[in-house]
Amino acid sequence: MDTIMEILKDLHPDVDFEACDTLVDDHILDSFDIVSIVADINDEFDVSIPVEEIIPENFNSAKALNALVERLMEEE
Amino acid sequence: MLFTSYRFIAFLLVLFFVYYLIPKHFQWKLLLVASYLFYAFAGPKYLIYILATTLSTYCASLRIDRIQSVQAGYLKENKGKLDRKERKAYKAQMKKKQRQWMIPCMVFNFGILAVLKYADFTIGNLNGLLRVFHVAELPLPGFLLPLGISFYTFQTMGYLIDVYRGKYPCERNIGKLALFISFFPQLIQGPISRFDDLKETMFSEHPLDLRNVSFGLERILWGYFKKLVVADKLLVAVNAIVKNPGQYEGAYVLAGMFFYAITLYADFTGGIDVAIGVGQVLGIRIQENFIRPYFSRSIAEYWRRWHISLGAWFREYLFYPISVSRPVLDSSRRCKKRGQGWLSRRLPIYVSSVIVWFVTGIWHGAAWNFIVWGLLNCLVILISEECKPLYEKFHKRFSVKDTFWYRLFEVARTFWLMSFLRTLDCYRDVGTTFRMVGTIFTEWNIGELFRGGLMQLGLSVADYGVLAVAVLLLLAVSLTGRTGSVREKLAARPVAFRYAACFAMFTAILIFGAYGAGYDASQFIYSQF
Repeated sequence: MDTIMEILKDLHPDVDFEACDTLVDDHILDSFDIVSIVADINDEFDVSIPVEEIIPENFNSAKALNALVERLMEEE
Repeated sequence: MLFTSYRFIAFLLVLFFVYYLIPKHFQWKLLLVASYLFYAFAGPKYLIYILATTLSTYCASLRIDRIQSVQAGYLKENKGKLDRKERKAYKAQMKKKQRQWMIPCMVFNFGILAVLKYADFTIGNLNGLLRVFHVAELPLPGFLLPLGISFYTFQTMGYLIDVYRGKYPCERNIGKLALFISFFPQLIQGPISRFDDLKETMFSEHPLDLRNVSFGLERILWGYFKKLVVADKLLVAVNAIVKNPGQYEGAYVLAGMFFYAITLYADFTGGIDVAIGVGQVLGIRIQENFIRPYFSRSIAEYWRRWHISLGAWFREYLFYPISVSRPVLDSSRRCKKRGQGWLSRRLPIYVSSVIVWFVTGIWHGAAWNFIVWGLLNCLVILISEECKPLYEKFHKRFSVKDTFWYRLFEVARTFWLMSFLRTLDCYRDVGTTFRMVGTIFTEWNIGELFRGGLMQLGLSVADYGVLAVAVLLLLAVSLTGRTGSVREKLAARPVAFRYAACFAMFTAILIFGAYGAGYDASQFIYSQF
């Protein structure tokens, strides 16, 4: 979770990622941010996020993103 | 059959009565017959193309679905017997099998679109090269474009990709899939719907719901108002300016830009209003395609609010697949290892943005002006992205970000930037467009425009008066819509007020609508794309 928080904070230092669960719905994260996050997660966790997993539900909060990474690591 | 024709209104009336009189389980079948009938009006020979798309997609999606079922069954049967590596290898093998059906189907369908839409453009450019080398030119095939092919091809391929991604199971009833592809209200100019969105209401049974019908009719009326009272009327002035570039320069070009922005908005959103309204009358929910786009504060925001379904299509099926693809991410990683962190972060975004905007441009039309238009949009968005740190510094220093005047400045800047980019759509020739835009800065003839110049553009003082009132009404409705549905608000008023408003709208369309000599109510601008 800490690494994910670091990745997110690196993009938007002013956002409270612990509390916010509408990151995509409220356009805090745009498509450019999402591509950066996917690339960083690939590097940090050595896990590839398939394109079908790039949906708002998986990127709306740090918690959801963490759950996605954990699930993908388990599947791989 | 055009939305603005009497034939279409008669078609709708007959459909409406039959739709609510027949047994409810026949309703979607009737819509399928009506959609094919609607399509056949454009030329029965074009039915072959939509049928080919339907059949090929039906077969491919069934096969993909079958492979997914086999995979699920095998993994369930061997749960605990396969280690992680074996499971991963098996999944990869099955994914490859699915791609063996998906890719040929996509090549076939995008191939039809590419040949019919881009053959003349490609050969025309090739002929340009051949001329340089004094080689005999190739003849242009001059294919006629089947109605709505850009829209239904994208919608159908979106469905196929979703099935491949396992988002939802494929539709096993070919009739239902055929209706999803050919549903007549959205066939001409979208929106590009998603199967999981439409199927909820498209195939269910609909008893007559008077509230739905009256809301739908109000939406249709509003769409006709935008199209006939605003778009078609103002198009006369736009055409006068852009079709005579030698005669109308400077301030006229500026006026043309402004007029075209209003025309395109009224035309496209009007057409979508009619489509959504027809859907609602029939009990079918079609997704919104606009959220007050001219109130956007940046170009990126504008593209999230204008032609939403096309933007979403490109984002989901082109932008993300390219930007997170293995070759692009590997290249980005290599840059990072070489210490080129700046490039590493930007590479996926830049590569996918340029491709997406090139395709967006060429989707709108097989011509260089559309390609340049797409790439300029890309350039503006990427420059804005690069300028973000500067904006942030500015806003830290000056706390104006959320003030009314700063927001107004941002909205006006976005509006004019978009209007400027759209001049490429008006003049349809890159050289002429830039020359004409250049005259805005060299020809200082704004006085001439107001000393009778505007009256030479085919519209009278009364026409401008009607247009001014109509545009103010559009603005008022947009502003009202910010805090909830305008029709809900109208429905909350006394019945007499509601009927008076609808009657006034209907009368305005009859009296002020663009009919007769000098007007061309024949086409919706986006139906040509």
